Amino acid sequence: MDKWYMVVVVGADRPGIVAKVTSALYDGGCNLGEASMARLGGNFTMMLMVQSEGREKELQAMLAPVIDSLGLHLHIDSINGELHHHVEPDVRITLFGEDRSGIVAHATAALAEVGLHILSLESDVAGSEDKPIYVLHIEGAAREGVPALESALEIIANEGIETRLAPIETVIG
Amino acid sequence: MALLNILQYPDERLKQVADEVTVFDDALRAFIHDLEETMRGGPGGVGIAAPQVGRAERIAIVDVSAKKKIKQHGRMVLINPEIIEWHGSIVGREGCLSVPDYTGNVVRAESITLAAQDEFGELSRYEMEDYEARAVQHEIDHLDGMLFLDRLVSRRSDLFKRKAYQ
Ligand SMILES: [Zn+2]
Repeated sequence: MDKWYMVVVVGADRPGIVAKVTSALYDGGCNLGEASMARLGGNFTMMLMVQSEGREKELQAMLAPVIDSLGLHLHIDSINGELHHHVEPDVRITLFGEDRSGIVAHATAALAEVGLHILSLESDVAGSEDKPIYVLHIEGAAREGVPALESALEIIANEGIETRLAPIETVIG
Repeated sequence: MALLNILQYPDERLKQVADEVTVFDDALRAFIHDLEETMRGGPGGVGIAAPQVGRAERIAIVDVSAKKKIKQHGRMVLINPEIIEWHGSIVGREGCLSVPDYTGNVVRAESITLAAQDEFGELSRYEMEDYEARAVQHEIDHLDGMLFLDRLVSRRSDLFKRKAYQ
């Protein structure tokens, strides 16, 4: 059985990174699983599941030319490739406000306390340099029910952060 | 009683445009019975359309009564359904019995007026909104050879219409 690896690639953003990295993997006979990639503050970040016959070292060697030529950083971990077992979110939370330290830590701690299992989190620093704002989107599974999250949102709102919560009611048909 | 086999994407039959139903007989009603059993046989299904079990006819069943506290019509057998009016648009999450292990965001009309026949050929009009309207639009898409995959919008850029959570 081929093994699964989590391949993390980070570096200064420029056009063509995805094509070059994934082509190197394809040419090396690898198979891709799920992936998440984003430009974060001028850096391009890739997290991708890669299935390969080879060991970690061989994967490293396969990617070395493209990593070096694009000035990227590479990190590889052996993982369980648990596909076809998505956990579906049942709530979406948006937080926004004036940027200051501790927003993510305080908000996620309060939400974890009332049973939120975060499945995805994306945040942006927006606004201008002198007046930055922070926008955070979370999707998660409310293990103690969506209403239980309200109390956590109140705590967060009391710190001056605006909160929006919308249940995700998935239609399956 | 029989559970029917649900076709899974990328089965080509899911892309067929289904035919009008013209004969409302016991055989049709027996099929509808099996179709409903099949819908209820899986977890969480609130609708099903005949093309999903390989029958290219304009037949769908929707029942969102498992969702409490929403406006809805209970169990509906929808034959030759047609949306007469659309109002608003809203992003919401959908999954499909024919697309296991994936859900995604889709834009749908927020409220619709629907005309459809039942299993005896009786024509009715329905006004519906939100979750139920979404389920019906999802099923009518199946009758037109469309899947929610055809209509996906990005998870990141979506704009949920804010509704106060009760
Ligand atoms: Zn479907």
